[in-house]
Amino acid sequence: MTSQQIKILAVMVTLAAIAIIIPNTSSFVILLVTRALAFSILVMSLDILLGFTGLPSLGQAAYLGVGAYMTAILATRYQFGLGYDFWLVILFGMMIGAALAAVFGLLAIRATGVYFLMITLALGQCVWGLAYRWNSLTNGDNGINLGVRPRFGIDLANEVTFFYLVFGFFVLSLLAMYVLVRSPFGRSLTGIRERELRMRILGYNTWLHKYIAFVIAGAFGGLSGVLWAHTAGIVSPENVVLTTSVDALLMDVLGGAGTLVGGAVGAFIVIGLREYLSTLVPWWQYVLGGVYVLTILYLPTGLMGIPERIRQHRAGLTTGIERRKLTSTPS
Amino acid sequence: MDARFWLIQVFNGVSYGALLFLVGSGLSLIFGVMRIVNLSHGSYFLLGGYVALSVIWTTGSWVLSLPIAALAIAMIGLLMERIFLRPLGFDPLRQVLLTVGFAFLFQQAALDIWTGNNFDINPPNVLTQSVAVGGIYLPLYRVFMIAAALIIGTILWLAMEKTRMGAAVRATVDDAQMARGVGIDTSRISMFVFGLGAFLAALGGVIGGAFLGIYPGLDFEILPIAFAVVIIGGMGSLGGAAIGALLVGLADNFGKALFPEVSYFTLYAPMALILAIKPTGLFGRE
Repeated sequence: MTSQQIKILAVMVTLAAIAIIIPNTSSFVILLVTRALAFSILVMSLDILLGFTGLPSLGQAAYLGVGAYMTAILATRYQFGLGYDFWLVILFGMMIGAALAAVFGLLAIRATGVYFLMITLALGQCVWGLAYRWNSLTNGDNGINLGVRPRFGIDLANEVTFFYLVFGFFVLSLLAMYVLVRSPFGRSLTGIRERELRMRILGYNTWLHKYIAFVIAGAFGGLSGVLWAHTAGIVSPENVVLTTSVDALLMDVLGGAGTLVGGAVGAFIVIGLREYLSTLVPWWQYVLGGVYVLTILYLPTGLMGIPERIRQHRAGLTTGIERRKLTSTPS
Repeated sequence: MDARFWLIQVFNGVSYGALLFLVGSGLSLIFGVMRIVNLSHGSYFLLGGYVALSVIWTTGSWVLSLPIAALAIAMIGLLMERIFLRPLGFDPLRQVLLTVGFAFLFQQAALDIWTGNNFDINPPNVLTQSVAVGGIYLPLYRVFMIAAALIIGTILWLAMEKTRMGAAVRATVDDAQMARGVGIDTSRISMFVFGLGAFLAALGGVIGGAFLGIYPGLDFEILPIAFAVVIIGGMGSLGGAAIGALLVGLADNFGKALFPEVSYFTLYAPMALILAIKPTGLFGRE
C-alpha cells in the first residue's frame, strides 16, 4: 500500500469508529462531537484557502455567520426549514455563503500576505458589526433562539439522529473537498501557494483560481453555519466575532494546514478542550493558549505533520551516520 | 438636530479619536517596522487598565498609575518580542497566531488576577468636572484626553523626526534591508518599537478606562477598531495614525448617533475598501 492509501484507510477507520462509538456515549459527548463536526466543516473550508492556496483568511467566521443567521431568521420568522424544506435551507446556506464570498473575494483576492489577513479581518468585522447592531434583523447582542429542530420523517430533536445527519454532511464535505484538492484545479491551487508568479508565467489565471477557491470555501462555510445554528440552538454575534475566525485559523494550524483532516483534528481538540476541560478546571484557557503557542513555536506543520517529521528525523539520522562512515574511511 | 448636537458629537468624536490615537499609533509603528499583525495589542490596552487599577487600589494615586502601568506593559511587550516573536523570523501567519495565543493567555491571567467584574478607573476629582464653552458643557476629562493625545503625539513626532533613533525607525519602516545595510541595528529597533507600542497601548488603557470601563472582552473589542485606525491612516506613519484615529473616532460617534443599526458596518466597510484600493492606507508611505 502506498502511504496515501494508508492515510485514506486511517481516516476511514477513524470515521467508522466515530460513527459506531459516539452514539453509545453520554448525551454530553454526543453534543460535543456534533458541535466539533459542524465546526470542522468551516475549518476544512478554511484549509482550502490557507493550506492549499496559501490565503490566510482572518474572517472565515463570516460565512458560518451568514449561514447560521439565515437559518435562524428563516426558522423563527417564516417557520421555513423545519420540515422537508430543511434541505432547501442547506442549499440556500451554501448559496448565501458562496454569494458573500463572491462579493468579499472581489475586494480581498488581489491582496497578499499580511494585507490579505487585514482585509479579511475588516470584511469579517463588517458582518459582525451588522450582526451586533442590526437589532431589527438579528436581535443584536441577545441573538436568536431557534427553538425546535427540523422534523421530516425523522425527528432531528433526537440527538443521535441529529448527530448522524451532521456526521453525514461532514463526511460528504470532506469527500467533496478531498476530490477538489486532488483535482487538476486543486493542483494548480497548490502551485499558486508555492509560487504564484511561476503559475502566472505558465499562463494560469491565478486571480480566478484564488477567487473560485474563495467562493467554494464560502459555500462550505455557509453549510457549516446552517448545521451550527441547529446544533447550538442559538445564533449570536459571538459566532461571527473576530475570535471565532481566529479559532478556526488556530484549529487548522494546530491540526496541520494543507491536510483537510488536520483541520477537523484541530477542531476536535480545541472544542474538546474548551467544553470538557472548562467543566473540570477553571484555568483551562491557559492550556489552550499554551497549546497554541507551543504548536506555533515547535510544530509549524501541526499535529498531522508529526509522522513526516519523525520520518525526516530518522532519514536525517541515517544520512548522518552514512556521512560519518564516509568521512571516517580514509580515501 | 441643531448646531449644538453637531458640536457635541464632533467633540465626542474627537476625544474618542484622541484615545484611539494612543492605541493606533503604537500598532501602526509596530506594523511599519516589523510587518507584524499584532493581535495582542488589545490585551496591552486592557492589561494597562488592570495594572493601573491595582496601583490605584494600593497607593490611591491615579497620577502614579499612568507611568507604572505603561512601563509594566512595555516590559511585557519587550519580553514577548525578544523571547517569542524574534525566533520566528518573518512569517506573518505564525506571528499572528503567536500573538493571539498570547492574547488568550493574557485573558485568562487577567480573569485570575482581577476577576471578571467590571471596573471603572476613577480619575482625580479635578478632571471629573465640566467646563462651559459657549453654552455647551464639556466634560473636562474628554478635554484632558485630547490634550494628552496632543502632547504624546507631539513628543512622538519630535522623537521620530529630530532624533537619531527616530531616523533609524523611519529608515527601517521604509526599507528594513537597506537600513540593515547601512548599519542600523534593525533587531534593536524592532524591540524598541514593540515596547513603545505596548507602552502607548497601556497608557491608552489607563486613560480610556475612565470612560470605557475595564472588563473582560474589552481587549478584542478595541483591537479591530485600532486596526481600522491603522489601516485608514496608513501603516507605519504617525501622521497617518493621527488622521486615522480622528476619522474613526468621528465615524464611530456619528455612526452610533445617526444610524445605530449599521454603525460598525460604516466603520469596517471603509477599512476594507481602502485596503482593497490602496493597501498602504490613505497616508501610508509607499
